[in-house]
Amino acid sequence: MKIQKSRLLCRLFNWVEGEQKYIPSEAGEYATTVRPDETDRWRERAEGEEQGTLKRLKDWGGETAVKNYGPVYRVIAVLVCVTVTTLLLLTVSYLPRYGEASNPANNEVPKRYIESGIEETGAVNFVAGMILDYRAFDTLGESNVLFIAVCSVLILLRKDRTDGKVNIKEMDRPIRELIDDNILKCSAAILVPVGLIFGIYVILNGHLSAGGGFSGGAIIGAALILYVSAFGEEKASRFFTYGTYKWVSFAALMTYAGLKTYSFFTGANHLESGIPLGTPGAILSSGLILPLNICVGCVVACTMYAFYSLFRKGGI
Amino acid sequence: MRMVELILITFLIVCAIAVALTPGLLTSIVILSSYSLIMSVVWMVLESPDLAITEAAVGAGVTSVLFYITLRRIHAIDKGEEDEDPEE
Repeated sequence: MKIQKSRLLCRLFNWVEGEQKYIPSEAGEYATTVRPDETDRWRERAEGEEQGTLKRLKDWGGETAVKNYGPVYRVIAVLVCVTVTTLLLLTVSYLPRYGEASNPANNEVPKRYIESGIEETGAVNFVAGMILDYRAFDTLGESNVLFIAVCSVLILLRKDRTDGKVNIKEMDRPIRELIDDNILKCSAAILVPVGLIFGIYVILNGHLSAGGGFSGGAIIGAALILYVSAFGEEKASRFFTYGTYKWVSFAALMTYAGLKTYSFFTGANHLESGIPLGTPGAILSSGLILPLNICVGCVVACTMYAFYSLFRKGGI
Repeated sequence: MRMVELILITFLIVCAIAVALTPGLLTSIVILSSYSLIMSVVWMVLESPDLAITEAAVGAGVTSVLFYITLRRIHAIDKGEEDEDPEE
């Protein structure tokens, strides 16, 4: 435990100092591609460094620091908490009373949404009509934020490809899977299909009932995560690989952007878009909301799964 | 109904304080996910079912898993099985 921590700290210090030093792994885990003399040299140097780091760790966050500064830290933490709580409560006390007619939220915008939302968007679910028709551009931004978040995680956590060299940045060994857990397998076998179908239902009925792309995508992503943690990566890689993630996200985001460009061509004021709205309440209705929901759902499901996969093994 | 709301909000506050005060990190994660579960019921009581669905899936499901994996990664949670074979 302590040695593992010190390895992480070693990395941290190296990163802070901007040096690329070799960091020792646990016994027996030295890379086979390193020549033996180099290994010895490295081992000596690394052990010396490790001792130094352990000492620094002990001084830094260890007994002396806690003994001297522990009470101070606690007092400061409590003070900060109390201050922030007081500020937040003060802010809340300045808010207008809930449900009053003169509140600033009761202006012409929600009135328009509620009164003519069904005719203009065709969606029975007002929320879907708002976020995917009146405010669809914002939702495109949110989907892109998710995509960018995955990209950053990918940059930070993805394992580097090494061609026969020692990979310093490589994470420790992958977290072991609980493949032989029968309870997990049985419950996953029951829950995963139900979760997937429920997620698809929530996405497809986004314009009719509560839910929508984000909720349904999150449910599908959770079901996929359950599937991987129960049955392992080999089975999951049959249907979800890095290529799948890349192409599904790309296609969904491009479809979304492409579908919404009609607003630009029609002058952004919904001048005769030419897309039939259908009867409100039918499954094939409300114009573009259904395909947009499907796009958002795909992006969100892929993002959830990609986060899990990247955090666990450093790759999709 | 008022009573149910009050009980749920009391649970929320208790959970939020317990997350900070629990010594074990794994226990903290479990309490945080139960916090999200109660929060999703509160959303349901406040008549916003779509938020309830999202809170249950993201807050109680995905976030806890991500927390757990990250804490395993940085060796903040020890499982005891780590010593079995360091290979692979």
